[in-house]
Amino acid sequence: MSGTEVICQEIEVDYMLLDRIINDDFGGNREAMIMMMQAIQHNYRFLPEPALKYLSQTIGVPLTKIYEVATFYASFSLEPKGKHIVQVCTGTACHLKGSYRMVEHICERKGMEPGKTSEDMLLTLETVNCVGACAVAPVVVMDEKYYPKADIKTVNEFLDGLNAQ
Amino acid sequence: MAQAISPANIDNIPTIKISSPRDLEEYRQALLAASDPNAPRIVVCCGTGCQATGSVEVVEALKAAVEEAGWEGKVIPSLKKTGCHGFCSRGPLVIIEPMDLFYQRVKGSDAAEIVNLTLMKGEVIKRLQYKPADAKEPVAKSHDIPYYAKQTRIVLENIGKIDPFEIKDALVHGAYKSLAKALTEMSPAQVIEEVSISKLRGRGGGGFPTGLKWESCAKQAGTRYVICNADEGDPGAFMDRSLLEGDPHRVLEGMALTGYALGSHRGYVYCRAEYPLAVRTLTNAIRQAEELGLLGENILGTGFDFKLTISTGAGAFVCGESSALMSSLEGKVGRPRPKYIRSVEKGFRDSPSNLNNVETFANVPMIVEKGGEWYKSIGTERSTGTKVFALTGNVYNIGLVEVPMGTSLREIVYGIGGGIPNKKELKAVQTGGPSGGCIPIPKKFLDINVGFGKLAEVGSMMGSGGMIVMDEDTCMVEVARYFINFLVEESCGQCTPCREGLIRMVEILTRITKGQGREGDIEALQEIGEFTNNFSLCGLGTSAANPVFSTIKYFREEYEAHIYDKKCPAGVCKPLFHYEIDAEACTGCGLCRMKCPAKAIAGEKKKPHAIDQSLCIKCMECYRNCKFKSIRIL
Repeated sequence: MSGTEVICQEIEVDYMLLDRIINDDFGGNREAMIMMMQAIQHNYRFLPEPALKYLSQTIGVPLTKIYEVATFYASFSLEPKGKHIVQVCTGTACHLKGSYRMVEHICERKGMEPGKTSEDMLLTLETVNCVGACAVAPVVVMDEKYYPKADIKTVNEFLDGLNAQ
Repeated sequence: MAQAISPANIDNIPTIKISSPRDLEEYRQALLAASDPNAPRIVVCCGTGCQATGSVEVVEALKAAVEEAGWEGKVIPSLKKTGCHGFCSRGPLVIIEPMDLFYQRVKGSDAAEIVNLTLMKGEVIKRLQYKPADAKEPVAKSHDIPYYAKQTRIVLENIGKIDPFEIKDALVHGAYKSLAKALTEMSPAQVIEEVSISKLRGRGGGGFPTGLKWESCAKQAGTRYVICNADEGDPGAFMDRSLLEGDPHRVLEGMALTGYALGSHRGYVYCRAEYPLAVRTLTNAIRQAEELGLLGENILGTGFDFKLTISTGAGAFVCGESSALMSSLEGKVGRPRPKYIRSVEKGFRDSPSNLNNVETFANVPMIVEKGGEWYKSIGTERSTGTKVFALTGNVYNIGLVEVPMGTSLREIVYGIGGGIPNKKELKAVQTGGPSGGCIPIPKKFLDINVGFGKLAEVGSMMGSGGMIVMDEDTCMVEVARYFINFLVEESCGQCTPCREGLIRMVEILTRITKGQGREGDIEALQEIGEFTNNFSLCGLGTSAANPVFSTIKYFREEYEAHIYDKKCPAGVCKPLFHYEIDAEACTGCGLCRMKCPAKAIAGEKKKPHAIDQSLCIKCMECYRNCKFKSIRIL
């Protein structure tokens, strides 16, 4: 890594915002790196490369270490996410009640894979291990709204709504 | 016209810095005087389960209905949002106090009726009441509902009663009493002694004696840390989250007591980022406790400092392992280290660190308050106290269940859980999370008593408390594949037996469920499993093959049916079965024809129907909906 020049490719990164996260919120403390990365991801919905480079320079942690962390933890994404996010719970209770059928269905309908974003950047499909709402399994969380006892129909209605937009 | 009467309100008591244990008692008395237990109150459960079914809308609608109604000469009912009541399958739950009236599956559109009939006129709305499956009349009071009445709720005592965002409400219900007692009446050694007497064992899964762990940590020199493991990663387990979201001060008080006992002044809570509500509740609770002088510097004027910080995980199951958790707390990747380095000697920041689970900490205040001997009288000789289970899967009553250790599986699944819905047979109970085991039922184990030792004897383990009930429609080979696949994704990958062993096992299991199983597969699974369990580095790897072992041990015939007969008897693995309609049992009601999304079923009314196999997508809709059990799995 050389110097301070960072080239933004796909996304405009706000360095003032990064400074606020790194220094003001977490005091530049390396131990808080995971939480800084969460805050960055919260703002951009993924971890933009320039932001990670800036983080590396600011707190003095090699970029390789930051990438190690970014790829180790499931909640981090190095790729931009879609406009809408569908999370299908694949915890044991939801799995027993057939949540995998919804995953299969979305993949088939949108021609995508779990964990990926559709080509039109409209939709990211994620599977999550357990959202803890087992009583109303299977659960789908679409754009942060919980849909209890969901089925293929529930998912289809949501997807139809996206297409109509 | 008579004026509406505002209810007594603890909000009117100002927040002050409490500077001695005696002042805490006085403050508590002032709060008690300002709260009228007989005042009308609407309590709405806002745990994640109820929120998923719409409790937030219910709260808004109730608020509007109360404002709209005229309360001349009456006390205006107050509205309280609480943590998870535990009876999640009946949510959203509303309780009307002081009558303790229990309303279930409440919708926003019910709000006006609740306010105008029940609160204004004292009339009960029958349609919202709970009726157990076998009862004729509904149960009016929440305390009489068998699901609650058969439990021993001591850890969960205050959840559902207190507003988790208001420390004053927690103080009314006795919070920080034990901390005041320990700081004034007990030495740190005495606190450890009480916990040792209680025989409390770690609730996170391992079951290590808590007193022993504390003792060895207290002996170490240098800065010591108290760490709370709130990285509840087992799918189907939500005990810790409910505790953090429903009664955060019980956990914080337990941590402060631990800090006092160990001479530690720094505590960390490592919480899953997937639990945003828990993080918010905790952050608020710590801030409120610091304002009152119950945490932070010079607690209750006694000179004891205990500073707490919350750290969030980023989605790694392995971070539930203690050394991985500590590494993650340092901002690094969470890879477990060899066990010979004990974290009570060299843990977080290479300093002595004492890590306990959320529920373990939640047990500490009452042990200090009522004594180890009292605690020991609950449960069994070797497993004392109670355990909170998350009862889920194919069972009527889904939710949180707290029972004394040693309670039989029969009592939990049938007594409290209400049995299996849709007239299905109980097949197995899975405990211990992904690396636990499946206990076959009803074969012989329905009467085993749940405790650390007993579950291990039958090839499962206590784990953190997930309890998943499986009915006859569950394929045990597929269940094993599901758990091993989960572990493949969550293995940190640093040691070969776990990383490679799991991948090889999931390959074989996937093959079997696709109908490509071959002779020797079962033996190969056992051999790889033994290797993985014997030579992996951390607790995750050394228990990873348990789901395979327990399903082979108890359901071998199911593996053999998959491998040799190419059949999935439970009708789950799609290539290995097909549905047929039993012409004799079919009444020709046409329900399956209407439900079939693939239009694969045809037949005239009142005549036996038939399935066109070339169109059938095996979605289960006909099988699930048939009232006459005429759909056969072949």
